[in-house]
Amino acid sequence: MVELSVLEAAAGVSLKETSFRDNRRVDVPEGSVRPLLESLKNSHSFDMLIDITAVDYLEYPGARDRFGVVYLLLNTVSGERLIVRTAVNLPDPKLPTVSDLWRTANWAEREVYDMFGIVFTGHPDLRRILMPDEFTEFPLRKDYPMKGRGERHNFPVITRAES
Amino acid sequence: MGLCLAERCISMAVGLPENVFLTQLDAAASWARSNSLWPMPFATACCGIELMATAASRYDLARFGAEVMRFSPRQCDLLIVAGRVVMKMLPVLQRIWLQMPEPKWCISMGACACTGGVFDTYAVVQGVDRFIPVDMYVPGCPPRPEQLLAAVIDLQEKIRATGTFNGREFQHRTVHMGPPRFDADELLRIKDSSLIQLGGFSDMPTGSGNPGGSSNGGSGRG
Repeated sequence: MVELSVLEAAAGVSLKETSFRDNRRVDVPEGSVRPLLESLKNSHSFDMLIDITAVDYLEYPGARDRFGVVYLLLNTVSGERLIVRTAVNLPDPKLPTVSDLWRTANWAEREVYDMFGIVFTGHPDLRRILMPDEFTEFPLRKDYPMKGRGERHNFPVITRAES
Repeated sequence: MGLCLAERCISMAVGLPENVFLTQLDAAASWARSNSLWPMPFATACCGIELMATAASRYDLARFGAEVMRFSPRQCDLLIVAGRVVMKMLPVLQRIWLQMPEPKWCISMGACACTGGVFDTYAVVQGVDRFIPVDMYVPGCPPRPEQLLAAVIDLQEKIRATGTFNGREFQHRTVHMGPPRFDADELLRIKDSSLIQLGGFSDMPTGSGNPGGSSNGGSGRG
């Protein structure tokens, strides 16, 4: 298991470690995400990125930041898992990409961008991955209504006589 | 079959040999078409499984002459929309409908295809009849094969009753027949979105007490 002090040395800041049911989690400020993940990939052989996902903490009791971004890592040799979490905020939620470290991150970051509008700088192809290209909103943000704002009805109507 | 033809027969006092009778070209064409429907299965969800069951041996759609499922819209004249249609799929559905040759009909099968069903979310079209013309609705979640068979039989009746040789019966359907595109709630939400863009809700809580990011930003998380 990678010691917390080693991770703190890699990130250059002090980190907060928590655990829940054997899931080890490390909270890191957004500026130190990239050096920490680089070190985990290159020096501590976390060779697999399971997923990147995000959480919207709008109206969440006690939350201080708007979005949490979660990186789930796996060392396929030792079986060790590590969860790296960070926080970003409006109006310009932005994180450095890790798609050059793990190829998985390419689509995972596109999904986070598509659903939450978090921009990954340096990503080679940051387009929407699930929603249509012409979609303008970020549907998993908590302030987006579940029924949408007219997007699903914004198509041409074909009548029988013209088809 | 002969009965259907006879309904629209022109009674003429001419001597005809046995098994020869006169009818209208429209009636003859509609009779032939109604007994040889070629479905285009647009099966996107569990209704598609029921559609397969309907075509399989136990329920046997072939009894009604509609067993030839073609996966090319160019060879079909009956679009069966079976399952929910998401926003991203709707342009595909519309294109398939436009690619089908005339005359053509559409069955909207199941609650989702008819109304969106339980999927009242930003990504799901609330009924395909908002965007393409539909001739027959089949309720159910999913409908049983018997219900789809009933819809096919009803559609056959409709074709025999209204069909014309050159598709004249479609010409008067110039207006959209489905529900209106935006209901009152949807219009309210659209209005809300313009308010947000104008900054009307700028003092809305975003939880962003620390814009620069924080090492213990997740202190409140379980």
